[in-house]
Amino acid sequence: MKTQDTLIVDGREVAIEGEPNLLELIRKAGIEIPTFCYHSELSVYGACRLCLVDIEGRGIQASCSARPESGMVVRTRTQEIREMRKISVELLLANHDMDCPTCPKSRSCKLQDLAHKLGVDKVRFKRTHKPKPVDHSSPCLTRDPNKCVLCGDCVRACYEIQGIGAIDFVGRGTSNQVMPAFGKDLNQVECVGCGQCAAVCPTGALSPKREVNQVWRDLENPAKTVVVQIAPAVRAGLGEFFGSEAGATCTGKTVAALKALGFDQVYDTCFAADLTVIEEANEFIQRKTAGERLPQFTSCCPAWVKFTEQFYPELRHHLSTCRSPQQMFGSMARELLPNMLGVKNEDLVVVSIMPCTAKKFEAKLDKFIDADGVADVDHVVTTQGLARMIEEAGIDFANLPPESFDMPMGFRTGAGILFGASGGVSEAVLRYAVEKISDMPLPSVDFHQTRGEEGIREVNLEVNGMMLKLCIVHGLANARTIAEQVKAGQCDYDLIEVMTCPGGCVAGAGQPVSIGRQTIRQRAQALYNNDKTVQIHKSQDNFEVARCYSDCLGDVGGDKAHKLLHTHYQNRRAVINQANSCKGAPALAPTQATCAACEKCGAAV
Amino acid sequence: MTATVTCDYAKVQSILDGHGNDPARLISILQAVQAEYRYLPEEALAYVAEALNLPPARVYGVATFYAHFALEPKGRHVVKLCDGTACHVRGSMPILEAIRKRLGLTGEKVTTDDMAFTVETVSCLGACGLAPAVVIDEEVHGQVTPEQAVTLIEAIIEKDKEASHV
Repeated sequence: MKTQDTLIVDGREVAIEGEPNLLELIRKAGIEIPTFCYHSELSVYGACRLCLVDIEGRGIQASCSARPESGMVVRTRTQEIREMRKISVELLLANHDMDCPTCPKSRSCKLQDLAHKLGVDKVRFKRTHKPKPVDHSSPCLTRDPNKCVLCGDCVRACYEIQGIGAIDFVGRGTSNQVMPAFGKDLNQVECVGCGQCAAVCPTGALSPKREVNQVWRDLENPAKTVVVQIAPAVRAGLGEFFGSEAGATCTGKTVAALKALGFDQVYDTCFAADLTVIEEANEFIQRKTAGERLPQFTSCCPAWVKFTEQFYPELRHHLSTCRSPQQMFGSMARELLPNMLGVKNEDLVVVSIMPCTAKKFEAKLDKFIDADGVADVDHVVTTQGLARMIEEAGIDFANLPPESFDMPMGFRTGAGILFGASGGVSEAVLRYAVEKISDMPLPSVDFHQTRGEEGIREVNLEVNGMMLKLCIVHGLANARTIAEQVKAGQCDYDLIEVMTCPGGCVAGAGQPVSIGRQTIRQRAQALYNNDKTVQIHKSQDNFEVARCYSDCLGDVGGDKAHKLLHTHYQNRRAVINQANSCKGAPALAPTQATCAACEKCGAAV
Repeated sequence: MTATVTCDYAKVQSILDGHGNDPARLISILQAVQAEYRYLPEEALAYVAEALNLPPARVYGVATFYAHFALEPKGRHVVKLCDGTACHVRGSMPILEAIRKRLGLTGEKVTTDDMAFTVETVSCLGACGLAPAVVIDEEVHGQVTPEQAVTLIEAIIEKDKEASHV
């Protein structure tokens, strides 16, 4: 009989169960080892030297880079180790701007937390910090090198998870910094604004761009009517700021908090997601029937859309022409609300609460701003930003009695709610498309095949003799793999759903800083549970959406729907990639295809 | 002020081809590009990144990591003054000051306006027996005094003048 391999950690026997490194094993044993540069989803870097442990017979080593071996005797908190960790943190602080009270990461900063936990009460080293310029150029993110500890988590997240590598280490020794190529600003390089760098950043060196001051100003202006939409993922994350367990939904409290903040109308982005389902599923059925421009790519995720425009402009006609739910909401709000609420369009302020940083970029695209300079969506605030507003206003969130959304744009189905989880858009589209193709009510609305955590998942189903082949992707490095297959003509999928953030919007960079995969899983589960608790699960059954079509939009995919709910995509390659234009090669030929709806406006996509 | 070289992409491509377009040979490729332009022009780095399918930030990171690589155009003559420990104690700093004074350069401004000279310090040439040592255009000069260094510089200026008259 084979005996279990074990080792000794701080005098206790711990079983080795396939942990990739000693650090994971020690954490499994319930001992929290401090780290900056270790992130279970990224490659091991071994630079921060905080996870040092004493391995008998080998001396002091970084536990992230040591393999657990049977019979090892490990000590994690000797005097020597505690001193070394303390010195590491002190050295980082000597080279850090230390303006904690005004830092966006204050209270969720690892450096601050570790300095406190390790009992660093004094920095014994001379301050060597020299102020460096802060990069405010991106509409999505703020990059403050004064707060960087050079752990490289952001570099690896951008390259390994998103397959982009917009930032990297530059220079050497004391002049080492993390920055975009050629010392450019973030908005001048291939950054897609997803913010996963900020999501893994242990300090305030990368953080979502703050937009709350503009919202406060509009809320206080009596001439303005301020309406707000909240994205599906927000309700599964906001509560975490106020003491809830991950995975607790707080829809009613969120609505109540927004009303308490002074928003005139509180609506749900899920309403617009239902609209998206109807438009996108119809587009899909048309394209599938005609066998044109397949696979169809989903277009809800603005970072993915920018990624396509930038790295695969030749594939951009595969993107659904549907605007994202945020932008559909914006254009419908501008269309319906001035009349309904009796306000002038320019006095109507549309705010979004999003789990996402890339949505900030999307809202500021020229194509979503009218000739008078009025944007469909004026301000995009992240879940984090909303939490700040609630705190600043002194609202006791935990004890707020729940309230309900305003009508009509607060009415949503479970399908719209699913948009916040990876696979959710596909499931919502299937609930519509399968019923439409088979012309029969669905026996069950749940498409369990679409759910899961794998980075690339396939779903095959047969409807009325028609095979539907879907692919669900999250993380842009995975998307790149699939895009290369599409480019090479090696893939026969009909629909490809892409979400940039691993796990979908619930893991967006605007959400509370997550502690790992388990939190993301719980937030996604919260959305699936939320779907179960609403009465209606299919977008086609949303009677407020139906009323929108009958009273305002006309036909699905018709002229007016096209004008308000669809969009076109540009080739961003030439802009960011000087090398491409330098090759002397002819610029990429514009794709001549026009979408079914676009034949009316004649735009090439 | 600094004359940037217009990048010849055919040239860069032939360097890439010579290295099998292999991302693992990035450093050798950058060395060859630098040999061609005497520095690494931004457009050349962007082209190399595109061709090797590497993020431009990664290529820039490698280019800025090694002191050997220059991201600003260098002068026609490169003066490398050794400031390793041995050269330093044998008086490398007065030599540096003398050369800089003669050429009107400082610690920040390392290349002359006419792009004739670039003056830089290096950590150790491994020629400690010759300390203080200076390398001018790949030629090593040992046990140099500030006056001798200035004479060497003036000889080059004279030679360049004659060459331009011919």
